[in-house]
Amino acid sequence: MTDFKETGVVDLKTLVKMGYVPSDVRLHRGPVAIYECVEEIPCDVCVFSCPFNAVSKNKMTDIPKVDFERCTGCGVCVGRCPGLAVFVVDVSREGDEGYVTLPHELLPPPSQGDAVVVLDREGGEAGTGRVVKTYRDRLTGSWVTTVAVPKNLVMNVRAIRVIKR
Amino acid sequence: MIVNPDLRIYTHPILEFKRGGEVTVFFEGKPFRAFEGEALAAAIYASGVNVFRISPVRGRPRGVFCMVGKCGSCMVRVDGVPMRSCVTSVRHDMKVERVSGLPDLSRYGRDVAREELDVDVLIIGGGPAGMASAEVLCGTDLETVLIDDQIRLGGQLIKQTHIFFGSRELFAGRRGFEIADDYNKRLSKCSNLKIITGTTVVGVFKEGVLAVGDNVLYLVRPKYVVVAAGAFENHLVFDNNDLPGVMGAGGAQTLMNVWGVKPGSEVLVIGSGNVGLIISYQLLQAGVNVKAVVEALPRIGGWFVHAAKIRRYGIPILTRHTILSVKGSERVEEAVIASVDENWNVVPGTEKAIKTDTVLLAVGLTPNTELLRQFGVAMKYIPDLGGLVPLRTRYMETSVENVFIAGDIAAIEEATTAFIEGWIAGYSILIKAYGEREDFIESREKYLRMLQEYRSAPVSEKVRRGWQLSLIS
Repeated sequence: MTDFKETGVVDLKTLVKMGYVPSDVRLHRGPVAIYECVEEIPCDVCVFSCPFNAVSKNKMTDIPKVDFERCTGCGVCVGRCPGLAVFVVDVSREGDEGYVTLPHELLPPPSQGDAVVVLDREGGEAGTGRVVKTYRDRLTGSWVTTVAVPKNLVMNVRAIRVIKR
Repeated sequence: MIVNPDLRIYTHPILEFKRGGEVTVFFEGKPFRAFEGEALAAAIYASGVNVFRISPVRGRPRGVFCMVGKCGSCMVRVDGVPMRSCVTSVRHDMKVERVSGLPDLSRYGRDVAREELDVDVLIIGGGPAGMASAEVLCGTDLETVLIDDQIRLGGQLIKQTHIFFGSRELFAGRRGFEIADDYNKRLSKCSNLKIITGTTVVGVFKEGVLAVGDNVLYLVRPKYVVVAAGAFENHLVFDNNDLPGVMGAGGAQTLMNVWGVKPGSEVLVIGSGNVGLIISYQLLQAGVNVKAVVEALPRIGGWFVHAAKIRRYGIPILTRHTILSVKGSERVEEAVIASVDENWNVVPGTEKAIKTDTVLLAVGLTPNTELLRQFGVAMKYIPDLGGLVPLRTRYMETSVENVFIAGDIAAIEEATTAFIEGWIAGYSILIKAYGEREDFIESREKYLRMLQEYRSAPVSEKVRRGWQLSLIS
């Protein structure tokens, strides 16, 4: 495991260890939130934003605990997390496409059908994707954006660059 | 037709810049396009002006640095009068010239109005801390005056476009500038509160506290004072560090998020604390290219989430690196960075030149404590809190009775904690003025608990340690 405070990049092993990666069974059942909030900071926006009480903290300064059985992958927390540290992944559908829902706050604004370059946690180009859904969060104005990507990339893709025709 | 470069931002993912009518200002005889309501420095910077002033001793070019009236680097002569252009609003047909050498006393002897204010409470500083104190006092019969040196109330909140952390009670999930807007509206309705902006409190005298506004001198005699004067940005030593294009990260944030002007096109950020990480993300949002974030320590200083936000767009964070110099004639054209070893020594042979027109310094802040020292407040040097800071009780009172503090002046921290401290100071004044009423004490205890909870995270370790050293009973 690399020290994420040296790199600014968290690896999958660390996420697994922190309990942020659901079981394969859960992953294949439907969309689910992946929290990449790995450092204890004073914030509990996710706790009070979740409509299903799936996120909890004992203290405001704990890292969040996600109950994957309660989480429906609705994505509300994606648009609310001040750290832009929540993503929803969905590998439940037939075929090779998976979905990643991520917060997006850069221009140009994404719209449905747009082609995008998908980026990993280090900004490396991991391939291309397609915007299947996007809306602006009512409170924060972030574009909560779902992109279709090859299934094997859903745990890698964490940002997009929108290409406008 | 005025044809100049235009660094203004017209489309932004989060912000909308409302500009007034178009006006013309003249800088060194040349016409420049500006918009009503703009700060003069922002307007001419937007049109490509780099050199605002020539330094008095060595005649070196100076540009904007802090953008909030603290440094004097952007001083110009407006219709013959030396002014800090970052806190001066544009006016049609203004004649603006560079100040070369020391400014002159052209204002001396001019008629100014004088106003004397006998009040219950004086709040110095209209950032989160001062506004929070004012909020507590609002609606009571304590006559209160809040004096702030900026064009708009809100302190540094007005340039904060990121979503706030913290719990619901602490504005979490909202953006800083929205919180400032709310407070502006709310406080303007308080009948016992007089808000004076564009006015600087300059000193404490036998006769009272003196504040200087545009053509008005105020002498304030308060029973209670809250000093919430905030902090100023630190500078860093390297070759040519005064060259225009070297700017405070906060200064760049003001240019970009308040005035809608890009600080440059290729930016190097020095310091990976939250300020350095957040400004880098905001530069991306404004469409500016960020070359790298440079950090001397082996680990990133700020919160992981802020680092991850810029890393995923490919901005490198170069730990164990430092800046050695910048080069350029009237503006930064290149920066030289190098690796450092564990003893902070530059590793020979690792020097690397980076093409950049802007270097932003995000290397910490220092509490703005001059006024407190004039009040005679006992001070102590506590590096974990940002340097020389006032001693204080847990109720935010200093060693001088009835002089309170709140916000960054007490410890370099965050807007959230500044609000809480402002509320605590406000309730402390109510308790002094009206006696130990149960509801006041209860509210104050609630905020004290909130502060403790907020600071209980490992990321607040330094502040916790510093506070222990700063407490008096």
